Amino acid sequence: MADEQQVIEKPEPHEILAKGYTFGTITDQIAAVVLTKRTPLLWIVGIGTGFALLNLLLLSATLLFAKGVGIWGIRTPVMWGFAITNFVWWIGIGHAGTLISAILLLLNQKWRNSINRFAEAMTLFAVACAGMFPLLHMGRPWLFYWLFPYPNSTTVQPNFRSPLVWDVFAVSTYATVSALFWFVGLIPDLGTLRDRAKNSFAKYAYGMLAMGWRGSARHWSVYETATLLLAGMSTPLVLSVHTVVSFDFTIAIVPGWHSTFFPPYFVAGAIYSGFAMVLALAIPLRASYGLEGIITARHLDNCAKVMLATGMIVAYAYIMEVFMSWYSGSVYEQQAFWNRMTGPYSTQYWFLVTCNIVSPNLLWFKSFRSKPALLFLSSIIVLIGMWLERYMIIVSSLAQDYVPSSWSLFHATRWDWATYWGTIGLFLFLFFLFVRLLPMISIFEVRTLLPQAKVRQEVKR
Amino acid sequence: MTGKRYGMSIDIDRCTGCGACMVACAVENNVPPAPEGATDRKGITWMRVFPVDNGRDGPDRKSVFVPMLCQQCGQDAPCVSVCPQQAVQVDPATGIVGQMPERCLGCRYCMAACPYHARYFNWWDPAWPAGMEKTLNPNVAPRMRGVVEKCNFCHGRWHAAKERAVGRGAREIDPADYVPACVEACPTAAIRFGDLNDPRSPVAQAAQQSGSFRLLEKLGTEPKIYYHSAREWVREIGRAPAGKEQVHG
Repeated sequence: MADEQQVIEKPEPHEILAKGYTFGTITDQIAAVVLTKRTPLLWIVGIGTGFALLNLLLLSATLLFAKGVGIWGIRTPVMWGFAITNFVWWIGIGHAGTLISAILLLLNQKWRNSINRFAEAMTLFAVACAGMFPLLHMGRPWLFYWLFPYPNSTTVQPNFRSPLVWDVFAVSTYATVSALFWFVGLIPDLGTLRDRAKNSFAKYAYGMLAMGWRGSARHWSVYETATLLLAGMSTPLVLSVHTVVSFDFTIAIVPGWHSTFFPPYFVAGAIYSGFAMVLALAIPLRASYGLEGIITARHLDNCAKVMLATGMIVAYAYIMEVFMSWYSGSVYEQQAFWNRMTGPYSTQYWFLVTCNIVSPNLLWFKSFRSKPALLFLSSIIVLIGMWLERYMIIVSSLAQDYVPSSWSLFHATRWDWATYWGTIGLFLFLFFLFVRLLPMISIFEVRTLLPQAKVRQEVKR
Repeated sequence: MTGKRYGMSIDIDRCTGCGACMVACAVENNVPPAPEGATDRKGITWMRVFPVDNGRDGPDRKSVFVPMLCQQCGQDAPCVSVCPQQAVQVDPATGIVGQMPERCLGCRYCMAACPYHARYFNWWDPAWPAGMEKTLNPNVAPRMRGVVEKCNFCHGRWHAAKERAVGRGAREIDPADYVPACVEACPTAAIRFGDLNDPRSPVAQAAQQSGSFRLLEKLGTEPKIYYHSAREWVREIGRAPAGKEQVHG
C-alpha cells in the first residue's frame, strides 16, 4: 500500500489514535484478533465462565417452567422481584451502545469510532438478556405471544393502556433497530475479513455475511445513507425505551413509584450504567489484546466523563425523589422514603447511594480517570449500585405500601440468584463469542481517523 | 339488567372474626386448600379477616376484625388499566371488577398496582385431597397455575340468578337470588350485599349511614365495599390519612 509511506503532516490528535498507525496496520491489528492472533487467556476464562453460568440459566429456567415462579422469593405484597429488577438493569446497560453508535455519530464525535462496534454488540446482548426476564417473570410464559396484537378468534387484543404492552413495542423496536444498525455497520468490515481470511470456511462465512460488499463508491454512498437513517431512527430510542420502562412504575399508584420525573431519571441511570459496562468491557479487552493504541486513554477518559455527568444527574434525581416525597404532603410517599432510608432495606439504600453518588465523585480527578484499573473498579461499583437502585425502587416500594397488615419483606432464593447470574453468563458467552468471530472495533471507521483519509478536506482547503 | 352497582357493607362492630366468610368463600369459589409449604403470603384467600388494634397497651388496647376482600373499585380501578391482557374489566352492567383467569398471563402487574393487596396468585396447580374434588362447585371453573384471581362477588351465583330470572320471564334479578357466599355464611349478619344504585337496598342505606367509610378512600379508587364502625379510631385507621392535600387525587 503506497499510501502507507505518506508523511503524516497533520495527524488526528493522537489521544484518539496512537501515533504511527496506517490503513494497513489498523486493519492488521483488528482483523488479527479474529483471524490470526493467538487466543488470550482472558477470552478462554471469559467464555468459560459465560458458558458455565449459561448452563446455570438453563437449569434455573427449566426448573422455573416445571415448577412455576413459586421457586423465586416473590410473595405478597412483593409480587415483582429480581426478574423486573434484572430486566430494567439489562435494558439500561444497553443504552450506552445506542448512544455511542447513534447520537455520537450524529454529533460527529470521532472518538466513538473505536468503541462503537463492541458497545453496540453489548447493547444487543444486554437487550437479549433483558428481553428474557419479562417472559421468565410470567406465570404462563408459554402464552407470551398474547402480548402482541394479532388477529385471533377471541377478538381480544392487548390492553393499550397497559405500560407492559408499551414495553413490548419499545423493547422489540429497540432490539430490531439495534440489530440492524449493528449488522449494517459490520458489512464493510465483513468484506475485509472475507478478503483476508485464509481458511476457506471463514472466507465463505464472512463472504455470505458481507452480502457482496466490494467497497465501490456506490456501495459507500448507500452505506452512508443507510447508517445516517438508522442513526436517526436509533436516536429517539435512546430516550424512549427507558422512558417507557419507567412508565411501568409511574402508572401504578404505589408510593415510591408514582412520580412524573421517573423518565429522565431512568434514562440518565441507563446511560450511567451503560457506560460503566462499556468501561468494564473495554479495559480488560484492550489490555489483553494489546489495543491500547486504538482504544486510548482518551476514550476511557471520555467514557468516565459521561459516567460522571450522568451520575450527577442520577444524584440530583435521588435528592429530588426525597424532596418530592416530602413536598407531596402524602404520608404514604413520605413513609415510603423514610422506610427506604431507615427501614429494613436501609443497608441496601445507603450502599447504593455510596456506589452511585459518592463513588463517582472520584471521577472529577484526572489522576483517577487516567488509571484504567481504578476506572474498571469504579465501573463495577456503578454497575452494582445501579442494580441495587432498581432493586430498591421495586422491592422496597412494594414491601411497605398502603396497608401495613400486608407488609412483608422480600427474600431472594437461590433460584433468583441463579437466574440473574445465568443471564450474566449468557451475556458473557455471547460477548466473547462476538469478540472471537467478528471485528470488535470498526476497522473502516478507525481508518477514517487517519490523516490519509482526509483527502477531500485537504483539497477543499 | 343495566345500571346496577353491586356493593357490600361490612359492619366491623358486628364482626367476631370467626372466619366463616373465609371458609364459605373458598368452598363456593373452588379455592383449593393450601399445599404443604404454603405460607400466609402464598396461600389464596379471596376473603381474609385481619385483626387490627389501636396500638395501645394494657386496658387501653382495643381491637377489631376487618374482613378484607377485593374492594371492587370504580371505573378507574388501579388493576384494570395496568393489565396487558384485558383480563380485568369492570362490568358496566353490574359494576363488578371481573377477573378472567383464562386471559391472564400471570405478570402480576395488577397485584403490584392494587393498594389493598386483595389479589392472589396461583403459585401451584390446584390440588384437592382425594375425594374432595367431587365436591367442587360446578358453576365455578378452578384456576390453573400462573394466573391471578380475586373476589368477584361470587360471579357463579350472579349467572345462576340471571338464569333463574330468565326462567321466570323477569328482566331483573331478584335480590334474594343473588347473595355472595360470605354474606350468607356470616353468623352475625355483619356483611350485607346489594345494589348501591337502589336507594331502597339495605346496602345503599348502610353506605349513607354516619360511621360508614371506605378503605383508603382518599386514593380516589372509589371502592364499593363500605365498612361501618361507631368507633372513631377504627374509621381513622381505615381511611387514608391524606396529609395536607388529597393523595393521588
